[in-house]
Parts: sequence; C-alpha cells; structure tokens
Amino acid sequence: MWIYEKKMEHPVRVCRPDVKFAKMVITQYGGPDGELSASLRYLNQRYSMPTDRIKALLTDIGTEELAHMEMIAGLVFKLTDGATCEDFKEAGWEGQYTQHDNGLFWTDANGVPWTAKYIACLGDPITDLTEDMAAEQKARSTYEHLIACTDDELAKDTLRWLWQREVVHFQRFGEALNDVQEWMATSKHMWCGCDREKKEE
Amino acid sequence: MNCEKQVAMLRRVQEMEFVAIELNLYLDTHPCDTEAINDYNCAVERLRVLVQEYEEEFGPLMHFGHGGFSQKNEWQWIQGPWPWEI
Repeated sequence: MWIYEKKMEHPVRVCRPDVKFAKMVITQYGGPDGELSASLRYLNQRYSMPTDRIKALLTDIGTEELAHMEMIAGLVFKLTDGATCEDFKEAGWEGQYTQHDNGLFWTDANGVPWTAKYIACLGDPITDLTEDMAAEQKARSTYEHLIACTDDELAKDTLRWLWQREVVHFQRFGEALNDVQEWMATSKHMWCGCDREKKEE
Repeated sequence: MNCEKQVAMLRRVQEMEFVAIELNLYLDTHPCDTEAINDYNCAVERLRVLVQEYEEEFGPLMHFGHGGFSQKNEWQWIQGPWPWEI
C-alpha cells in the first residue's frame, strides 16, 4: 500500500522555462538511470532479499525514488511551461510535441521510451545490491552532467539536492551489502534462497 | 490563495520530513543506534505538529484517511495548487 503526500519532497523551482534543458532532464524521468528505473528496481528486488533490514531499506529508498520521480516531472513541467510548437522546434524536441503536446512521457534524452530492460533482478542479494550501488553512481554522474549543462541557479539547486540523495543511497546500499555478507558468513551453508532454508529448519 | 504562506509552511514540513527520511534510512542499516532512534522520534513529534498546522490552513496533505479531517462543507483534497504547480 502506498499513500500520496500532496507535496514535493524538496521544492522544485526554475528561473525560466528552457525546453532544450527539459529535453535533457527527461532522462532522469524515463531514462536507464532515471528515477522510475530506480524506484521499480528497488521495490521489485525486495521479495528475494534475505534480511529484514534490507527489505526495509529497499522499501524506503524505492519509495523515496518515487518522490524524486515526481520532482523530475515537476522540473520538466516547469521548464516547458507555456512552451509552444515553435519553442519545441527551436529546442530540437519537436518529436515530443508531436506525440505528447505538453504532456510528459517516459523517455531518455534521445527520445527512447522507458523499458524494463533498464532494471535487473537476479534474485541473489549480492548481485542485486551491487546493481543498486552501480545504479546510484550512474544517476549521480547523470546529475553531474545535467548540472554542468545549465546556468539556471534554481534548477541547479533541485538537481544538486537530487545528486546528494544518490550519494546517501549509495552509502546505505553499501552498508546493506555488508549486512548481507555478514548474514551469509554466519549461515551454515552457502545462501540458496531464504525460503528454502526456512523450510529445512 | 495565500501562496507565499503556503510555500513557507510547506517548507517547514519538507525540512522536518527530510530529517525523518534521513534518520529512517540511517536506522535501516544502524538499527541499534539508540541516539538516532531518539532523534527520529523527536522528528516524528515535530513533524506531526507542523503537518497539523499546515492541514488546518490548507487541507489534507495525505489521502485515504491518513491526512487531517476535511472541513464539513467542503472536500478539500481536490483543491489546488498541486505540488508541481507550486
């Protein structure tokens, strides 16, 4: 069950609309290392995790990523506010206008639609947690590229804040990885699925 | 619509909820840190007060029974501005 909170996690503001920059920011909405990918990746990996604290962490970070997805949507919404067909053409984003008008859609910066191929779940806690750590670093790099490509100080504030969250999540996933390695070391056997082990007890 | 006041009150809710989020994630991987648990509980208490103050002025922050009461003669949930419009 999820509950909606009628607010952004952190304020989203821009100095002025900038369709060209919106075309770049959209990758954090529906791109490979975007917030939708992040949220679905973590929430979906919970079911094969062996310890309660990792189930909690994936639930909490997966939920926070949904809030970040909303912030990116808000950023694109504000960057394209009032934009006309001409503005989209000038920004080289006429394909977006043709297919979606002023609506949002899950694509990367090149217009490639979101796909489940962006996320993985191997069902092995070490494999999945290292995937999550890599995902946080890829998102961090993407935010750095975006921050380098705008002089809009308000948009930068939002992006810097999201950048920081990637760093914190990476740290927490690293701690979770330590936790699962410790759990494996204290188990009698190599990890072969927590349900199976429970049944054998 | 007093947007400036709404933004300011919302900002205080956002700040305190951020404290709670950070402590929540930290506690997920450090569940025995009693000082952090104490800090988390303090944040929960302060957040509750800030949310209540905001909701009295601008209506429920959450739906499905988790937000504050709606005014008797008015279904406040449907009132804008929505978060991306603020």
